[in-house]
Amino acid sequence: MREASRGTAAEESACREAELIARVLAGERELFHELIRPYEKSLYFAALSLLRNVEDAEDAVQEAVLKAYKALSKFRSESKLSTWLASIVLNEARGRLRHDRIVAFQSIDEAPDPEEEFTPAVIADWREVPLDTLERKEIRELIQDAIRSLPEMYREVFVMRDVQDLSIAETAAATGITEGLVKVRLLRARLMMQKCLAPKLQTGRGGVFGFLRKGAGASWF
Amino acid sequence: MVLNCKHVWRQISDYIEGTVDPELRDAIETHLAHCRHCAAVLDSTRNILVLVADDRTFELPVGFSDRLHAKLSETIASTAPGNE
Repeated sequence: MREASRGTAAEESACREAELIARVLAGERELFHELIRPYEKSLYFAALSLLRNVEDAEDAVQEAVLKAYKALSKFRSESKLSTWLASIVLNEARGRLRHDRIVAFQSIDEAPDPEEEFTPAVIADWREVPLDTLERKEIRELIQDAIRSLPEMYREVFVMRDVQDLSIAETAAATGITEGLVKVRLLRARLMMQKCLAPKLQTGRGGVFGFLRKGAGASWF
Repeated sequence: MVLNCKHVWRQISDYIEGTVDPELRDAIETHLAHCRHCAAVLDSTRNILVLVADDRTFELPVGFSDRLHAKLSETIASTAPGNE
């Protein structure tokens, strides 16, 4: 969505969605299936990142989609459908997490500001980890675990901005915090992700992955 | 404007967003050109964000879509879309 050339396609898609929403509200209820189909995958990814297991994530998406249907007339076309749906999933996830424990989502005193939160893993160089490596389950799990290990207030902004590709302003709207606070939390979240993942993804030069080293020794240099 | 490594780390997220002002961006790039550690921090952070955003990072459970739409069909059959 960050390329200008996609602008027109996005506008066309928004027009198509507006038309679908009007028809659903006018009585063609079945069209709601079509309306949410493009988003179900990314909503699940958001739920899975925010929650801890696949069952909760699936339940949360189901509930969120039903809520979106029931509240469809509240949707305002000046916001994007993707943002609206993502914020409903976020609220659903928050509700489920609250069910287990009391969580202060936006405490008045933001977490203290230890230098550590701004300190990445300092490495001498970086060898690009290609997207093909995502075919490997253990790599996907490393990344998912890293996201889930983020403290909740950082995880929310990270998931909305970097997993869901919402803008900073949309992330602020979805999470109910200011854009300034989104940027602060996003910086910390990204550095925490780098700190957690960079050493694991770039251990040794024969293979980028640390767990290979255990069995293989260091003989592949 | 001369930046040290810690200054650069604090700007890395905004730099990736492309929202730092030109003067600061130039100072960051001057630092990056001479500091391989900060360059590696930037490259690794960017690379990780690309991996995170890729569709393959997460998998849909088998039957997820079918179950979702079956549930939705039940609701659609019994309830009109509204303003709950």
